[in-house]
Amino acid sequence: MREITLSKAVNEAIAEEMRRDPTIFLIGEDVAEAGTPFKVLSGLVEEFGTERIIDTPISEPGFMGLAVGAAMTGSRPIVDLMFGDFLFLVMDQLCNQAAKTHYMSGGKLSVPLVLRTNLGATRRSAAQHSQSLHALVAHIPGLKVALPSSAYEAKGLMKTAIRDNSPVVIFEDKLMYNDKAPVPEEEYYIPFGEANVLREGKDITLVATSSMVQVAQAAAETLATEGISAEVIDPRTIVPLDEKTILDSVRKTSRAIVIDEGHQSYGITGEIAARISEKAFYHLDAPVLRMGAMDVPVPFSPALEDLTVPTAEGVAQAARRLVRQEVSDAA
Amino acid sequence: MAKATKRKTNTEDYLRMYRQMVRIRSFEDNANQLYLSAKMPGLTHMYSGEEAVAVGICEALTDDDKITSTHRGHGHCVAKGAEFKQMFCELLGKVEGYCRGKGGSMHIADQSHGNLGANAIVGGSMGIATGAALSARRLGRDDVTVCFFGDGATAQGLWYEVMNMAALWKLPVIYACENNGYSEYTKTDEIAAGSLTARAEAFGIESFEVDGQDVLAVNELAQRLVARARKGEGPFFIELKTYRYHGHHVGDINRDYYRSKDEETIWKEQRDPIINFGKWLVGEGVASDAELEEIREAVKKDAADAVEYALAADYPDVGEVDMHVYAPNDAA
Repeated sequence: MREITLSKAVNEAIAEEMRRDPTIFLIGEDVAEAGTPFKVLSGLVEEFGTERIIDTPISEPGFMGLAVGAAMTGSRPIVDLMFGDFLFLVMDQLCNQAAKTHYMSGGKLSVPLVLRTNLGATRRSAAQHSQSLHALVAHIPGLKVALPSSAYEAKGLMKTAIRDNSPVVIFEDKLMYNDKAPVPEEEYYIPFGEANVLREGKDITLVATSSMVQVAQAAAETLATEGISAEVIDPRTIVPLDEKTILDSVRKTSRAIVIDEGHQSYGITGEIAARISEKAFYHLDAPVLRMGAMDVPVPFSPALEDLTVPTAEGVAQAARRLVRQEVSDAA
Repeated sequence: MAKATKRKTNTEDYLRMYRQMVRIRSFEDNANQLYLSAKMPGLTHMYSGEEAVAVGICEALTDDDKITSTHRGHGHCVAKGAEFKQMFCELLGKVEGYCRGKGGSMHIADQSHGNLGANAIVGGSMGIATGAALSARRLGRDDVTVCFFGDGATAQGLWYEVMNMAALWKLPVIYACENNGYSEYTKTDEIAAGSLTARAEAFGIESFEVDGQDVLAVNELAQRLVARARKGEGPFFIELKTYRYHGHHVGDINRDYYRSKDEETIWKEQRDPIINFGKWLVGEGVASDAELEEIREAVKKDAADAVEYALAADYPDVGEVDMHVYAPNDAA
């Protein structure tokens, strides 16, 4: 099978859907000729023109609001938010307007839009261009949240997102744009709410999202050489969440670590760990561990920044402690 | 700045405008009573006094044209074609309400007549209205969107962002600022520097001021601008000078600290849009006092019947609480 970059996969997904459905347009800053700073959208304006690939002023709340209104009136906009950190600028339009319109109207209006943005630290971009803020939007009922972990996932999830009739926020890992993976030429979709079991195991379950899937996979490789068999699960979407696949795995392995690049406190890791504890408590042999980003603004200096995100060695170390029963109440 | 001038339309249009204004006033009088008698959950914001704005503008629109409304949205809802029964049901949280009781007063909208919703975030619908206009243009439709908001909302940054894009892309949107002189509990003079029309003009948007108590003046201007917006000559901005008879909301009763009773009396007695339009209709021989009285009585009865119906109507089944969080997708 051919291999393409995550960037190319996203580009293909959008182009295929735009060819199929003329009501789709894409709007954001420097999305047309510039093709975004990451060049993910290069070539789209040549095919679809500036009426469908729309460059805006630097007005995030403004173009987010436009997309909500357009989605309510027959269009299917894709909003390009250059950095995930800019979510804070669009929160009213996304969380008070887009997320609630279908419910507040008793199901009469709907907002079929996709907000594509990114996450991920260690790009030496400091505290306002490095955050992983998906927990913020996952907290708001009415929004769906997808976290692709490879080029294959990025294409399949983007195509499903564009066809969904509810607002979907999709976070791409900005450090993975140039990572290649096998992606079929044929059209395919990845349904929401169906986790992917990347590796089967019997001693411990590693639930990992987005950028942390590679970290969990690498940890599992290391653990395998030590005789510890780790199962790696990528939920793909955190809203909706495929609880069953995660719980079935934990009932089998009796141990779990949840790894995600959002801040550890009040985040995705805590949510998934709590569900495991609530619903698989009597199958557990050890406390469920959370491994998120450190609760500090992301620092600039490489010497500091690298300390803030989970690493494969850190995950492997934590897994060893769990499997060897070294984790007590004080863990 | 262009000046609005009066132009005669036909008798049927005049009487419909009169009736629609009376319907808004009647709806609000009943809503206020429901609040005061503790029969309505929550609070509501009265549109009384501003009827000529909603009616003058919405009478210039078709069902395909869109509006976005505000927390003070009952007037827009009535004027854009809603029925009392579903409106009172919504106000009381009943399942037959326009939003199945999930929106209430601050989100009330008859979506089938192009009302994209009342919004409880001040200025929150400015992007939605502008996006609806972008959508219409992109999809080759000729509908126009009117974005209603108050003077208070002109302090929100979102307005400047979307006006900029609307002007750059010549979108068919009309920003209609209902300047009732008060931003919640604060005089507008204390929150707005310079002139509002100058702000829109700074983006190259043609701007107009009109007496928001004069339904004919409002309607004449709206017809002209809607026709022009339909032809791609938009966007436009209108500042409509009007007055809010009640407080910020129904519970804002003792308001001497921010505005005087004398001021309220002057507006109610000398500048009431319904009384003055009624006088004009009689003066021009369009209708007699008795005919207008008949309209008022008929509306009053409609409202009373709708209130009675809504009070007896069913609440949503508890199973509805988690319905409509996500829109259904087509079967795969």
